[in-house]
Formats: sequence, C-alpha cells, structure tokens
Amino acid sequence: MSIKGKAYVMGAFEHPTRDAPDKTTAQLHAESARGALEDAGLSFDDVDAYFCAGDAPGFGAMSMIDYMGLRNVRHMDTTETGGSSYLVHLNHACQAIAEGKVNVALITLAGRPRNGGGRPGIPGGSAPKDGRLVDGAPEQGFESVYGGSTHNTYGMCAMRHMYEYGTTSEQLAWIKVAASHHAQWNDHAFLKDVVTVEQVVNSRMIADPLHLLDCCVVTDGGGAVIVTSPEVARSLNRPRVKVLGAAEAPKTPMGGKALDLTTCAAAWSGPKAFAEAGVTPADMKYASIYDSFTITVLMTLEDLGFCAKGEGGKFVADGALISGVGKLPFNTDGGGLCNNHPTNRGGITKIIETVRQLRGEAHPKVQVPNCDLALAHGTGGSLGVRHGSATVIMEREG
Amino acid sequence: MSELMTRPIPAPAVSLETRPFFDAAAEGRFTIKRCTACGEAHWYPRAICPYCHSDRTVWEESPGTGVIYTYSVMWRSPSGPYAIGYVTLDEGISLLTNFVDVAPDGLRIGMRVKVKFQPTEGGPPVPVFAPA
Repeated sequence: MSIKGKAYVMGAFEHPTRDAPDKTTAQLHAESARGALEDAGLSFDDVDAYFCAGDAPGFGAMSMIDYMGLRNVRHMDTTETGGSSYLVHLNHACQAIAEGKVNVALITLAGRPRNGGGRPGIPGGSAPKDGRLVDGAPEQGFESVYGGSTHNTYGMCAMRHMYEYGTTSEQLAWIKVAASHHAQWNDHAFLKDVVTVEQVVNSRMIADPLHLLDCCVVTDGGGAVIVTSPEVARSLNRPRVKVLGAAEAPKTPMGGKALDLTTCAAAWSGPKAFAEAGVTPADMKYASIYDSFTITVLMTLEDLGFCAKGEGGKFVADGALISGVGKLPFNTDGGGLCNNHPTNRGGITKIIETVRQLRGEAHPKVQVPNCDLALAHGTGGSLGVRHGSATVIMEREG
Repeated sequence: MSELMTRPIPAPAVSLETRPFFDAAAEGRFTIKRCTACGEAHWYPRAICPYCHSDRTVWEESPGTGVIYTYSVMWRSPSGPYAIGYVTLDEGISLLTNFVDVAPDGLRIGMRVKVKFQPTEGGPPVPVFAPA
C-alpha cells in the first residue's frame, strides 16, 4: 500500500505572533489548531487524529488533547525528530488516513523561546521557588500539588467502581490470585508464590481501596518486539503471529464536565480493534490485559466487552482468569502483578506473552490449548486522571 | 484512625493563564472559568473554552461547594495519611483536590464539602475541601 493520492492537506495556519509575552504555549497550540481548522472549514470535533512533538507541553499528546477538548481523537503520534517532526507527522498522518483508520488529522507546533517558555524537550517540572510564572503542562498547577500517584489515582477509580456497581475487594483480589497461579510456573517471575483472596485483602492498605497485593511489582528489565512484512515472516523459521486489528484512544477529564472514572479508553480502542479484526471478545482464547493494579484489569475487561459495565467483579471471581480453570486465561506469565513491570511500563510484556501463547511457547502448565486468537491491551498514564489505551488482536497463522 | 488529615503542599506552578486564579486564591476567593459564548463552566481554568473553543472565557467567583465524586486515602506517605479525590462542584464540573479536616475513615462518596485554601511551601494557597 502507498500513500500516493490517499490524503490531502486541507487546512494550514501560521500563527501571526513572533513575540508572545501574554500567552502560554498551550494557548498558542490551541490558537494554531483553531486557525488551521477554520481555514479548512472543519471543527475541533471533526479531529480524530492528533500529532505533536516535544514542544507540546505535558504528558505526550494527552495534555494538549485534554486542554483543547479534542473529544473524538482515536489516534495519537508524538514522534520526535526535532524540527523535522511535523513533516514526519504529515507522513504518518497520510499513512493513518490511507489505512482508513482516521479521517481528519491535526498537527500542531508552538513555543515561546523569546519569553523563556515552552522550550522543546524541556518538561514543565515543579514550580520555581522564586515565584516566576511557568509555561509547562497546562494542568500542572491544579493536579501535581495534590500528591497524586498511580496508587491513589487508580484507587479513586476502584472506589467509584465499588460505589456505582458494588464491586468488592474480594472480587478485585481474584485478579491477583489468578496472576499468582500463573507466576508460580515462571522461573523469572519477581513474585512466584501463589496467594489467596484472604492474603490479598489482608495485605497492607496502600491507597484505599487498593492493598499492597492489588499493586503491580516494580522491576528493572526490558523487552523488544520485531514486526515484519508478510514476505519476511514467511521466510523465517518461526511460528507466524499475524496482527488482525489494532486501535488506540486517549481519555482525559476534558474540562471536568461529566467526569466518569469507571470507564477507560478501552471502551473506544477495543471495539475498533475487534471490528478491524472481524472478531468478538467471545472469540478470544487468551488475553494479555494491562495490570498495573487489579482495578485496571477489571475496568478494561468491561470496556473491551468481555462483560457488561459493572459486571467485572462477578466476571473475574472464582478463578475465571486462571488458565485451565476459568473462561478467560489472562496474563499467563504472571503479569505485572507478579512477574514483571519493567521500568513501570508493562506494555511490551503484554505483547510478548501473547506471542508466546499464539506460538504455543508459553509454559506447559499455563499454555492455552489450540490458542489461535488472542488480544493484548495496554493502559498508560493514570486511569484516574488522563491515560491512553491500545488494543491489538493477533492470530496464529498456519 | 480518628486523627484529622492534613498534608504539606508544594507551591503550585502558576502560568500566565492561571495567575488570576492564584491571585484570587491569595485573597481567599475561589474562582472558576466560564465561557460567555456557550455558557459552560470548565476546570482546570483555560484561556480557550475546551467545549466551544471560544476565547471569550471569564473568571467567575464560586462558593466552592459540591459533593465528593470519589476519593482515595494514601497510607504510604511519610507525612501521614492524606486523601486525594474529585469534587463535583454545584456548577457541575469536577476537580482534583485533597480532603482535609476529616479523619481517614470519615470520607464518603456523595458527602457535601466546601472549599478552603491551604498555604503552600513558598507559593500561593491552593484549594482543598473539607466537610461542609
């Protein structure tokens, strides 16, 4: 497939300012976006793909998506190659459009080097001691001061889920129990001991209602993945894992109206990935589900459609996620909860165990028989503030 | 468990867009931003409305009353337990904050709370919430 003739540049706007003492970098991004959209005759709500580089303040693409109220974005790209980034973005936007994944891509750049702000590549950081104004992430003054960590911001989601749906600590504990049953067979797992529901709910409280054993491990480590063309795949002497569908989405508070902490971005990435693959959650033989905390798994399973919203607690209980026992074997390496969460980023291990399962190379005690269709899902950032999700569906070929 | 929670808060990062908020906070006034083009209030305060993208946003004084949407008490803290959470203001927008003057077991989702300002370490005060 080529991008030739598959995409058009329909809006372009150069911000008139050359010296902006009275505006933030975030504001210049938004004004530039508005200018280009007006030029094209489109609105912010038409944008389904957002591209930015290191000059965009905040957390990847997420802070600017939130600031600008881009509520329909389903594709993000923060490739950074210095001043050429925006041409790289144009190329990537054309690819995404040519694939049929998106229709309207927005690329922005802005900064204020004449006014000491928005230097590319330098994040906002903490407040200066001398009272100087900062020009970092636009949300910075209203969030970081409150001591949010992953533990307590995911805890807020679990607390609300319990309030709305009656989910219990015991139900959440079953997710850890299942992971521990798998980790016992993994020689490399950080935690190898099988635990019980009682041990989880009686472990030390970290951030209500999440206990120590509701939290993933902290580990050094790494991983890598090779993706090839079909021609290269067929030339190699390895089982072929074919990608059938993939989708991504952000979720942010977006102005604070209608806050909903019991739904995650899997609600958008999941259905798109399943639709592209032409399969349903019920078809999945195995699932790698991002498990920074037990609540991450529970909400993701609901939002991917493995069960109805609010039914996650019942779905995961009684060993339902244990390979060879339950209806949906998950994280058979022991997951982030027991095995590995290298440098606090569990995404690549989710791909790796899915590949092992589809190749039939998982540990024999946890290998799913005839595992020919599986899913990997990642959740990054904070479920309780702003995060990005990605869902990938893979199949064994031959 | 019955000890009231408090937490030392670092200085907030103040920007050109948010300086009026923190100037008002220093005078004990709680303000939010509202768009005069579409009528919607939003949080955190921005120069450009995140809903209709107009720059006709204005500061509005708020009584700072609302209900707890959710919370989590953080126990793994050198300065003692503290509560983070969201308040849904009566204006209909939710904001991240800390809950103070309440015991760790005294919080409930749906509880009425009211804003107060807590001094920070070398910066302007920030809004926190206590039982109303």
